[in-house]
Amino acid sequence: MEDISLFVLDLVQNSIAAEARIVIIEIIECKQDKCLSLTIEDDGKGMDEFLMSKVTDPFFTTRTTRKVGLGLPFAKAAAQGCEGSFAILSEKGKGTKVTIIFKTNHLDCPPFGSMDQTLAALISANTNVDFVYKHLTQKGTFNFDTRIVKSELRGVRIDAFEVFEWILSYVKDGINEIDGGKIS
Amino acid sequence: MKSLKELEEIRNRTLDSVGLRKDRSSGARVVVGMGTCGIASGARGILLSFIEEARVRNITDMTVVQTGCIGACRLEPMAEVFMPGSEKVTYVNLTSEKVRRIISEHIVNGKSVDEYTIGSSVGDTAKQGGI
Repeated sequence: MEDISLFVLDLVQNSIAAEARIVIIEIIECKQDKCLSLTIEDDGKGMDEFLMSKVTDPFFTTRTTRKVGLGLPFAKAAAQGCEGSFAILSEKGKGTKVTIIFKTNHLDCPPFGSMDQTLAALISANTNVDFVYKHLTQKGTFNFDTRIVKSELRGVRIDAFEVFEWILSYVKDGINEIDGGKIS
Repeated sequence: MKSLKELEEIRNRTLDSVGLRKDRSSGARVVVGMGTCGIASGARGILLSFIEEARVRNITDMTVVQTGCIGACRLEPMAEVFMPGSEKVTYVNLTSEKVRRIISEHIVNGKSVDEYTIGSSVGDTAKQGGI
């Protein structure tokens, strides 16, 4: 994966496959500690201990179309590659939470990427799932919640073209406003 | 700076426009493979291209959804196009240019772009399955 926004897209696909109704994506940037933490939390079907012990093994997958699963192993490798960390918590029937910490001053820290495109793609292609995006930097917080968007729209589809364009700009502006994703 | 207030305006502006509220189950359905393999090969841009191109042509009854790995990772980015009443067509090694042609020839005019489909692009390699 080239950047953090693509990791988000990839990991949220796991949440969707786990039949999540709400996916919460949280980014916290801390300049002093030179780290960026990414948390993806869902209310999907969760995993038991056996599955949990296997998910970061690239030669394990629950899918049937192929024999390897690289999403979580890639994310873990990216975190470890920049002296960050990776943790996964899950409870069967309740949901899963993945936390990845990137060391932003490390040479191998991936760039932030286009979170606006990731969110617009996720929202438009999964209209029955709700997404919450929280991004915190020293300069402020940007919050985005599709439940609020849907209630404002009252009947107009969230994947309508005008709404799609609005989401792209709203997220981009919101992240810029707080100087988010500027990994040095 | 965009604001939530604009959603109200979008809503008021489009309330009477049938397209935005129309039931889309009657139109084309595009399923983009967004497994790790798809994403690493550019599936996000492909999904966005389908939406942008539908917007340009004002195709309001088309839905674009995502799925996981379709099963032939080396042929990503891939997408399946379902036209009402027709068999599924699987397109492989997609680019934005190919998406534009698929929209105009297949989704608008109903004729699949055979040279981009899985059958003509891979021959026997597709049978190997998986990575």
